[in-house]
Amino acid sequence: MSNEETLLASDLPLSEPQREILRTLIGSIIPASRDYDAPGADDPLIFKDILVTARSYTDMFEAGLEDIDQQAIRDHDGVGFAALSETDRRAMAEHLSRTLNPFLRTLVSITAQCYYRDDRVMQALGMEPRPPFPKGFTIEEGDWTLLEPVRRRGKLYRDVDG
Amino acid sequence: MGWHWWPSDSAIASTTYDGRDKCANLGACTVGCAQGAKASSDITYWPHAIRAGVEVRTRCRVREISVNENDMASGVTYYDVDGNEHFQAAEVVVLACNGVGTPRILLNSVSNRFPNGLANRNGLVGKNLMFHPYASIQGIFDQPLDGYMGPGNCIWSQQFYETDRSRDFVRGFTYEITRGRGPVATALTGMFSGRIPWGEEHHQRYRELFNQITGMVAICEDLPEPHNTVSLDPELKDSDGIPAPKITYKLSDNSRRMLDYAVDRGVEILEAAGATDVMTEAPIAVGGWHLMGTTRMGVDPEHSVVNEWGRSHDVRNLFVVDGSIFVTSAGVNPTRTIQALSLYIGDTMKKRLTTLFD
Ligand SMILES: Cc1cc2nc3c(=O)[nH]c(=O)nc-3n(C[C@H](O)[C@H](O)[C@H](O)COP(=O)(O)OP(=O)(O)OC[C@H]3O[C@@H](n4cnc5c(N)ncnc54)[C@H](O)[C@@H]3O)c2cc1C
Repeated sequence: MSNEETLLASDLPLSEPQREILRTLIGSIIPASRDYDAPGADDPLIFKDILVTARSYTDMFEAGLEDIDQQAIRDHDGVGFAALSETDRRAMAEHLSRTLNPFLRTLVSITAQCYYRDDRVMQALGMEPRPPFPKGFTIEEGDWTLLEPVRRRGKLYRDVDG
Repeated sequence: MGWHWWPSDSAIASTTYDGRDKCANLGACTVGCAQGAKASSDITYWPHAIRAGVEVRTRCRVREISVNENDMASGVTYYDVDGNEHFQAAEVVVLACNGVGTPRILLNSVSNRFPNGLANRNGLVGKNLMFHPYASIQGIFDQPLDGYMGPGNCIWSQQFYETDRSRDFVRGFTYEITRGRGPVATALTGMFSGRIPWGEEHHQRYRELFNQITGMVAICEDLPEPHNTVSLDPELKDSDGIPAPKITYKLSDNSRRMLDYAVDRGVEILEAAGATDVMTEAPIAVGGWHLMGTTRMGVDPEHSVVNEWGRSHDVRNLFVVDGSIFVTSAGVNPTRTIQALSLYIGDTMKKRLTTLFD
């Protein structure tokens, strides 16, 4: 279930350019897939969920995104991350995925968390798009006779001394 | 393979009971129960305690315990949420701050009578810190496992629990064979282990893992070693200015060898069960949750901090009821033993009420 909290424009974490870098980055982590009928992590609803969830990490995100942008500008003649060509963006994402710093680890956690709780994504995985509450799943009773050989083995423990 | 195994006792409420609702298989037990069916202490012990007259003061931090000239605790100094200092006088002080918090308070309670910290005349407060080093061994299977559809309880095996002299380590471990993972946990496992890449391939590789991972952790019995300690940090303080605990711990060779053995046997059984691939990590990086041994229990005041019913040898109205009093760590999760010891110590105090301080 996605985070349904409404974001007021004045409440939005990160500046607009930073949000654009973030949106591009999470779209590189989990892009949309036509083969699997799945949205990307940069889908508007999922992106909003990520923004809300990341709010308590605003400082870390600001610094981390700025860092990535500066890296792109340095390596690509002044072109920022969000404006890179697809080939350059993919190459840079590939590099980032192999050097997960604390910011990227947090970003990957939040992205996975928000992406895989989206109803459409769960449906694409063949799951019922619902939280287990208030209706749990039916669990079949196990076969207790499987424990017979264990019972026959006797106890494993030493007795307490004395 | 003929190994020992047993279903874990989970105390699942099959009917409404004592303020708990009936379990509805929501399956997210570890993060809290929306049904109110999980027997967490906020709905088991606390309502009873509060009805019996206990007053809970939350968000308070104890700095130290004071003692009088008879070596008896006289109360505690603490800071409330706004940082205001208070003194709470007490006839009896019971510490339940667990394996790090309890020795920290005792070591911070320095006085003329106890220059090295309270209840620390033999120097054992904070020594013998034990964790449970964990190994994780997870198999990937071809068929769907539906592991996310119910409580995350497990079966366990104590095939390798007792010392076996033919192995190169003493003591042993319990395997906790857990259910499979839900969608988010699968993504995290896959992405952080490098099995699920970023980019287009993400979706296909994710689907090769989702609903197809199950496995176990091995919870290894750490040995009590005096050089593994909780002491006071000479510099670091919390926001109330209370000296912070400092943890010094080195994984022993014994625990290292036990972890390796647990991984090898775990891989064997998962492969025998049909796993097509196995992921392992030992010790797991996010472990260190179980804190034990730092005010150990014993009859001999030279070699222990509290006696066999939890009372400090040095301070006769001071009790400890948490993992600090464990003498060995046992290769099982500690909390039910902590609860059992707390109940036992509580009962003993009640039974000995007239001679409690003798
Ligand atoms: C991630 C994780 C998973 C776990 N999973 C399991 C499991 O599956 N099974 C299991 O058996 N155990 C598990 N444990 C361990 C379990 O949580 C502990 O054994 C248990 O909580 C110990 O209970 P306690 O009341 O002794 O201590 P705690 O629950 O640690 O309570 C101690 C309290 O003392 C307070 N305190 C500390 N210092 C001070 C001070 N100076 N002043 C005032 N208050 C103070 C703390 O804030 C805390 O509230 C897990 C632990 C973690 C972290």
